[in-house]
Amino acid sequence: MSPSTFRFGEGNLQYDAQGRLRHLLSIEGLRERELLQILDTAESFLSIANRSVKKTPTLRGRTIVNLFFENSTRTRSTFELAAKRLSADVLNIAVSTSSASKGESLIDTVDNLMAMQVDGFVIRHPDAGAAHLIARHLRESALVVNAGDGQHAHPTQALLDVFTIRRLAGPIENRVVAIIGDVLHSRVARSQIHALSILGCPEIRVIGPRTLVPEDLTALGVHVYHDLQAGLQGVDVICALRLQRERMESHRLPSLDEFYRRFGLTPTRLQWAAPDALVLHPGPMNRGVEIASEVADGPQAVILQQVSHGLAIRMAVLTLLAGAVGGGDEHA
Amino acid sequence: MSADWDVTALLGGMARDLRPHVDPEQAGMIGIFTGGVWLARALHGALGLQQPLGQVDISFYRDDFSQIGLHPEVRASAIPFDVDGRDIILVDDVLYTGRTIRAAMNEIFDYGRPARIILAVLVDRGGHELPIAADIAALRLNATAGEHIKLRGPDPLRLELEVRGPQP
Repeated sequence: MSPSTFRFGEGNLQYDAQGRLRHLLSIEGLRERELLQILDTAESFLSIANRSVKKTPTLRGRTIVNLFFENSTRTRSTFELAAKRLSADVLNIAVSTSSASKGESLIDTVDNLMAMQVDGFVIRHPDAGAAHLIARHLRESALVVNAGDGQHAHPTQALLDVFTIRRLAGPIENRVVAIIGDVLHSRVARSQIHALSILGCPEIRVIGPRTLVPEDLTALGVHVYHDLQAGLQGVDVICALRLQRERMESHRLPSLDEFYRRFGLTPTRLQWAAPDALVLHPGPMNRGVEIASEVADGPQAVILQQVSHGLAIRMAVLTLLAGAVGGGDEHA
Repeated sequence: MSADWDVTALLGGMARDLRPHVDPEQAGMIGIFTGGVWLARALHGALGLQQPLGQVDISFYRDDFSQIGLHPEVRASAIPFDVDGRDIILVDDVLYTGRTIRAAMNEIFDYGRPARIILAVLVDRGGHELPIAADIAALRLNATAGEHIKLRGPDPLRLELEVRGPQP
């Protein structure tokens, strides 16, 4: 199934009947208002990391399940830490120790966890739509956060990226952003493109070989480049993507060396972008494939700030979703 | 309905009452968003405090989070001095149930262990639900549940009384 024709079921599952955000499944379909509220709330959570007690009591008594059917160190550990810093209890379930290998269905797994009175699920799954499936099943009985589903979406990654851009490069409304690499198969890139367009980014470029950055991506409102030098001209923010080795097995790329020669971000090529352009990467990095070590460790890279920001973003998302209960705006 | 209160005069009274309790070199002042921060700015200057002003947004500490969720607009808390062992003047506009003060104290203790906290409010309107009392209050009222007292500002600061009838 081609990602650009991908559609999920009825209505917008992400909002409850009162129009409040109940699940975070994809950036697509969110309003600017909620995006800004998540980013602004994350600003408040950033400072908590500098206190002697790095916790708030916000989710005390709630239980969040990290349900990971795919390996992840950064995303899983920042979600875990985010929930813990909000005083929630956290249950980590990884595929290798779950009953999925014994043939239990995803819904059965979720129902069993619901029988343990949990309050929310953070799910990563190799199949697009897995988080939607769970949200459709649970409705409003628990919150669901998509932590990456197949090639579809990775909304918290995109949120932490736009948060990083907003904090370190200034207003998104006047920044030119380029995404380099395997845009076609990247859930990170798709979510980034949606977040940037909702927040009014005036120019989003995608750069890569024709096999990974096809012309029809312009349907997403982006400018397509197959030449790195042309694509980087005047760019304020560069988002490198992780190149998946599987792409070579499917013959979309001749070799990693070939990719590095044409699209690898080296110090010389970085100079084609605007002076002091920011360099982002969602991790884990393939040094010497999509990015040179001199750039990854250089002054323009903000890759470790992205990780700190990811923690604050995930705290904000869990807080906002967990708060979408009860009766509205009665704030005395 | 509105009442004729002179906020500037009330602030002058707060500063006068606070002065004997405060060592300007050492004491730290913290305002609670939003009204408490407006008042704290004025008091901080009037008392000549040396430590920079702190501010807290108690949204993440509210005891009714699971009933009403997150306030739509959360500001960042910032306490730019070491709380440990310090005298803290906590400033808010209206003391009502005491739940905001409890949340603010919980948050302050996540920064450190103060030697003492003094609570200074513009209005203590009565109706406390917790054993929390103001050390300094410019105005002490016995308002009914239907009367809402709100500080508007920041410039000028105005104290408004609104009667909305009995609570549902």
